[in-house]
Amino acid sequence: MGESIVVTSGKGGVGKTTTSANVGTALALEGKRVCLVDTDIGLRNLDVLLGLENRIVYDLVDVIEGNCTRQQALIKDKRCDTLYLIPAAQSKDKSAISSQQLRSLIAELKEEFDYVIIDCPAGIELGFKNAVSGADQAIVVTTPESAAVRDADRVIGLLEKEDVGKPKLIVNRYRPRLVKEGGMMKVDDVVNILAVDLLGVVPDDETIIRTGNQGEPAVFEAKCPAGRAYRNIARRIQGEAVPMLPLERQSGFFSRLRRWLGFG
Amino acid sequence: MSKLAKPGVTIKGTKDGLLFLLDETRPFSALLAEIRHKLENPSSQIWDGPDTPVLIKLGRRQITREEEKELRRVFSIRKNLIVRSIEAEGMHYLADSSPGIKLLCGTIRSGQVLEHRGDLLFLGDVNPGGCIRSTGSIYVLGALRGLAHAGSEGDESAIVAASVFRPTQLRIAGVISRPPDEWDESEVGMRFAYLLDEQIAVESVHDLGQIRPELEWRDKRFKSL
Repeated sequence: MGESIVVTSGKGGVGKTTTSANVGTALALEGKRVCLVDTDIGLRNLDVLLGLENRIVYDLVDVIEGNCTRQQALIKDKRCDTLYLIPAAQSKDKSAISSQQLRSLIAELKEEFDYVIIDCPAGIELGFKNAVSGADQAIVVTTPESAAVRDADRVIGLLEKEDVGKPKLIVNRYRPRLVKEGGMMKVDDVVNILAVDLLGVVPDDETIIRTGNQGEPAVFEAKCPAGRAYRNIARRIQGEAVPMLPLERQSGFFSRLRRWLGFG
Repeated sequence: MSKLAKPGVTIKGTKDGLLFLLDETRPFSALLAEIRHKLENPSSQIWDGPDTPVLIKLGRRQITREEEKELRRVFSIRKNLIVRSIEAEGMHYLADSSPGIKLLCGTIRSGQVLEHRGDLLFLGDVNPGGCIRSTGSIYVLGALRGLAHAGSEGDESAIVAASVFRPTQLRIAGVISRPPDEWDESEVGMRFAYLLDEQIAVESVHDLGQIRPELEWRDKRFKSL
C-alpha cells in the first residue's frame, strides 16, 4: 500500500509542477514505483516537463469517465522504468471530475505504486479541493516572497481542515545572494511564519528552466544544485535524515584569501 | 434596629488614601446606595480637593463584574476619587474571575478568523491575512502579524497586546488604525494598543499601569493600612 502526496502552493508559478516532476523522478531513481497524477485539467504542464507530451493518448478524465482502462492511461517515463504519469485533460476543465472519483482512482493507484504524487492546480477552488481529497500527505511549495508566503499560509490553513497530515514545506527558488542583501526573505523567516516542518530548500537555478524546456527533469544533472536539492527532498520523503545543503555558494580561493586578509 | 443604624460603609483616612470598608452582611445594592448618598451629599467638603486614591475593602464578599462596574460608576461621581484597588478578605474580589480570560492556542492563518466573547489570551501567531476578534481585550503570546479587533461590540476600554507587535491593522471598538508603513525595528519588547481620544495609541507594556491604573499590581506587603 503506497502513499499519496499532493504538491500544492496556492499561488501560481512557484514551482509545483517542477517539484512534482523532480521529486517524482528522484523517487523513481531510487527504485520506488512512482505515479505522477496531473490534476491541473485544462492547463496541463507536467507531461511537458517530463518530455512525454507526444505520448498522450488517454488522460485523467478518460480514466474517470471510463473511456479507457487505468493501465491504458498510464504513460511510462522515457528514462525511469518505475515512473508513470497520468496526464490531465487539456480540452476539459476542473469540473470534469469530482473529488470522489479522484479519491477512488488514487486509492486504486496506491495499491500499485509506492508513491502517488498529485500535482495540484493553483488556486483554492474546485481543482484544489479535488486534488487534496485523495492525498494522505501534502507538500506546500513557496518562494521566499511575501505574496507566495501569504498564499502558502492560506493553503496550510485549508489543508489543516482536510484529512491530510501536517503539511511539509519546500522553499523554492531561493537566492542566497539576494537574501544576504536583504532583498529576499530568509528561510527561517518563512518557516517562522508558516510554522510547519521544512522538507527542503531549492536554490534558484537556470538549469531548471533549461531542463524543463528539454523535457528532462533537473535531477538527472549531477552538478545542478537544484537537482541535488530535489534528490535530497526525495530521500527525506522516504524518511531518511538528510542534512540541508549549504545555501551559500562554496567560497572560492580568492574570497577566502580576502577574508583571511580582513576584507569582507 | 441599633444594628441597622450602624452605617454599612465606614470611611477611614490613611496615608495611602481613603479606605472604604463595606459591611459584608448588608446587601450590595444597599451599600451602593449608601456610598452614592455619601458622595452626592453636597455639604461634605472632604470630597473636594486634590486627587485621592481610594481603597475598597469588601470584607468576606465577592462581587461580579457588573457589580464592580456599578461600584466604579458610583465613585466616578467625584472626579478626584480614584479607585486604586478593590479587595476581599482572603480571596479574589471577583466572584467570576475564572471565566474572565479564555486561553486558546494555535496559529491563525491567512483567511482564518478567531472570534471570541470576553478577554482572550492566545498562545501562538496571528499571520498576515488572519483575524482575531473579541468583545473584550486580546493578548497574544506570540507574533501578531494579522488583524486584531478588540472590543468588537463597542467596549472602548479593550486593549490589544502582543509579544511581537506587527499587526497589519488594528481595530478597537469602532476605531480602525493601521500602523506606520515602516516599523521601527528597534522597537522590541511587548507592546499594546488602546483607545485614546477616539484614536488608537500604541505603547510599551511598561506604560500600561499608568494608562490603566486599575489593572496595575502593586506590592502591598509593607503597607500599613
